[in-house]
Amino acid sequence: MNIHPEVGTTHEVHHDEHHVHHHKETFITKYIFSQDHKTIGKQFLVTGIIWAIIGGLFSVLFRLQLGYPEQTFPILESVFGRFAKGGQIQPEFYYALITMHGTVLVFFVLTAGLSGTFANLLIPLQVGARDMASPFLNMLSYWFFFMASVVMVSSLFIQTGPASGGWTSYPPLSALGQASEGSKLGMDLWIVSMALFVVSSLLGGLNYITTILNMRTKGMSMTRLPLTIWALFFTAILGVLSFPVLLSGLILLLFDRNLGTSFYLSDIVINGQILPNEGGSAILFQHLFWFLGHPEVYIIILPAMGMVSEVLSVNSRKPIFGYMAMLGSLFAITILAFVVWAHHMFVTGLNPLLGSIFVLLTLLIAVPSAIKVFNWLTTMWRGNIRFTPGTLFSIGFVSLFISGGLTGIFLGNSTIDIHLHDTMFVVAHFHIVMGVSAMFGMFAGIYHWFPKMFGRFMNQTLGYIHFWVTIVGAYLIFWPMHYQGFAGVPRRYLDKRGWVSFNDFIELDKMITVVSIIVFAVQLMFVFNFFYSIFKGRKVTKQNPWGANTLEWTTPIRPGHGNWEGEIPEVHRWAYDYGKDGREFIPQTEPIGPNESKH
Amino acid sequence: MQTFFIVAILLLGFLVTFQIAKASEYVAILRGEEKTRKQTNKINAFLLLAFLVIGLIGVYYCNEKLKGKILMDPASDHGKNIDTMLWITVAITGVVFFITQICLFWFAFKYQESDKRKAYFYPHNNRLEVIWTVIPAIALTVLVGFGLYYWFKITGEAPKNAMVVEITGSQFKWEYRYPGKDDILGKKFYKETNEEKSNPLGQLWDDPANHDDIYISGEPMHLVVNKPVKLVINAKDVIHDVGLAHFRMKMDAVPGTPTTMWFTPTYTTKQMQEKLDKPDFVYEISCDQLCGKGHYSMRGEIIVETQEEFDRWLSTKKPKYWAAFPDQDPTLHKTDTLPKASVSSGGNPTKTKLAN
Repeated sequence: MNIHPEVGTTHEVHHDEHHVHHHKETFITKYIFSQDHKTIGKQFLVTGIIWAIIGGLFSVLFRLQLGYPEQTFPILESVFGRFAKGGQIQPEFYYALITMHGTVLVFFVLTAGLSGTFANLLIPLQVGARDMASPFLNMLSYWFFFMASVVMVSSLFIQTGPASGGWTSYPPLSALGQASEGSKLGMDLWIVSMALFVVSSLLGGLNYITTILNMRTKGMSMTRLPLTIWALFFTAILGVLSFPVLLSGLILLLFDRNLGTSFYLSDIVINGQILPNEGGSAILFQHLFWFLGHPEVYIIILPAMGMVSEVLSVNSRKPIFGYMAMLGSLFAITILAFVVWAHHMFVTGLNPLLGSIFVLLTLLIAVPSAIKVFNWLTTMWRGNIRFTPGTLFSIGFVSLFISGGLTGIFLGNSTIDIHLHDTMFVVAHFHIVMGVSAMFGMFAGIYHWFPKMFGRFMNQTLGYIHFWVTIVGAYLIFWPMHYQGFAGVPRRYLDKRGWVSFNDFIELDKMITVVSIIVFAVQLMFVFNFFYSIFKGRKVTKQNPWGANTLEWTTPIRPGHGNWEGEIPEVHRWAYDYGKDGREFIPQTEPIGPNESKH
Repeated sequence: MQTFFIVAILLLGFLVTFQIAKASEYVAILRGEEKTRKQTNKINAFLLLAFLVIGLIGVYYCNEKLKGKILMDPASDHGKNIDTMLWITVAITGVVFFITQICLFWFAFKYQESDKRKAYFYPHNNRLEVIWTVIPAIALTVLVGFGLYYWFKITGEAPKNAMVVEITGSQFKWEYRYPGKDDILGKKFYKETNEEKSNPLGQLWDDPANHDDIYISGEPMHLVVNKPVKLVINAKDVIHDVGLAHFRMKMDAVPGTPTTMWFTPTYTTKQMQEKLDKPDFVYEISCDQLCGKGHYSMRGEIIVETQEEFDRWLSTKKPKYWAAFPDQDPTLHKTDTLPKASVSSGGNPTKTKLAN
């Protein structure tokens, strides 16, 4: 390693002091109220995994109802009591399950668990910083997330049950306790939990942006940043600009619920009771919600895209193809993400002219997405690919992103959306394109950076089984749902037996349920592998086990708080010099040689 | 007991898998890690190719198995346009799907790690990148063009000769209102809603346009074949959605903000039953926006029939106004002994029940 002694800058000196400050670490400051970005990342990850198990379990429960609507499961009654009276999932309970499944997976797993984990872990390590710009705010960010989790969990145990108005919680359903049991106390707790979550996300996001802009090591210009960091950077910007809009929307909802205001309520007669509210607009909430809600799907998918770019490049032993185009498309997606929200609202009575503008902008977003896909393909082309579990999940990600991205072209076109809106087609589309595929990105990240997190490897054989069962299962579950959507089967129908038009799919629903139980069991195996390997996994013996260029692999195998023992290394090149001039890889810390070719 | 066995078997399977996985780690060390790694790499490369082949067969099989269950002939003119648009999109995205997926898995197999090959240093190529920016852009322009052409056609003004029907959603039922002889739906105000006083929709009785409006509930909505219909859509309590899968139409019902949509049914219910060879076929109205615990069962029916059949049906209905003000009902003034069955005004739920 070639580090010039004169490189040490003032902020590094400052950080060395910082480092000394934290030497006397107790159990509490080291593992609980830790300010070390790596520990905070692990806290996000472990909390995210626990949420993923809960959220996944909910989906298994409602799949049981969908696949076996005529059957009773006495065990459910003994666990859930009146919510599963007679061993059958009651409608209110079913809607609570789908609401919690959506909320938990979208926000707690794929936002906090994904970008919370990897932004914390990777930003300081890959830009070359000792920690985040504000380790304290970073710690607060986790603990606000923790509080949000506590409130959300507590809502599962109240008498009227948790929120059951869908993860989108459209008023008036979510605003009126008379409309649904879940819109009573459960909804208030949902709003409070989400508010705490927004605070967590803002504290984290501001920190990520600041760290990336101000704390890069010497030589790490913005265009030398790995794509992971760029993706996390744009993710943070999206979050900081859009989460406050959701928060304001939720506060107005809280007012409508508890203070008698009429932001979203107008002309309502419910169960014969005439409400006094006039002049509000139920559609206003949808605008506020989707102003976050749409960027939110990019908040989920961008970090996965970033990590997949990194893992694919490292394991293809080839530079990522079209770095600047990748960057440009990330940027384009970020900008466009803010101006497409109303494509969720084509059939709300939106002005058709306005709708047409959103069609145009929505389909425009397919162009940068397509560029990314082609660039990933070209990255693999003529590579020398090593199939680690991380690589396989990255390839799976690309496959799912293609499949789910293309169905977005159906839904983004308002004409087709008239037929497909709120059908199972939508469920298939978003699960593939941002649910499962973001999960795949997350798995790729976990398998790839586990050695950095814990100094051990996860068991590879279990990793391969995990991948193969999950990808086959994901397609078996979600591919046929497109056909249900074409047939017009609405989503959120827990029993289709009363319908002439939709009652043709019971065999299919059974198959999907069985597969989803198997896939869920294999995820439990992954969780087991994860925790087992933290303590008993094969030890990492090489500092740079994957032969990667980025800075995190220049730290000790088990880095302490402060990451580098000596000074922070200087960076001389971009992160993707793989296979250049006949050399397998050239770390970012290596100065450009005198005879090196330019690219 | 059965549950116990299932759990036990699952746990056992889990344990066995884990032991094998653990053992494979030790075997790898014994056999030489590099050698094992290379072998695993080959196996996974092969599996990726197998996944592509089996996956493509699966796509075909799934299509064969399910294509009969989807998209029977659309039953409205807009529906035909929407289906055309759908098939154009299926064709374009289908081509992209197959090309990219085949490339992805084929590259993965073809360029698996090998001692004989060195990775090709290929960081960028501006011409390629321009090509695959421009091609998707063109394809999408085509889709946007077609899409918006149909979109404006479908969301445009309803034709002048369109019949108007009002549909109102509430937890968890649909109610309908026909404008009567004057072809005008009378004014409403939600605070006037009163089921007991025979005013379930909150009609303002001062408005004479209300006096001949016919209220229907608890039975199908009737429409006329090949006659455009404009639905005026309302909701009383929470957001619902009028979903008409066979007509390919859909529009939210929002409390406080009436919406509209129009279309022309092209097949009568009877024609559709014969076409599909399903004697129990009916056009269904599904609620497509989560509205509470009864959402999945919020079902309505539509009967599409000829003008004569429709007129005959409508002539058996009495305006709700007469139910609210029986002294205004001309049929009651003529005679008080009219048999109940013949006046079974679908409008009055209690009467309908008695008649049944």
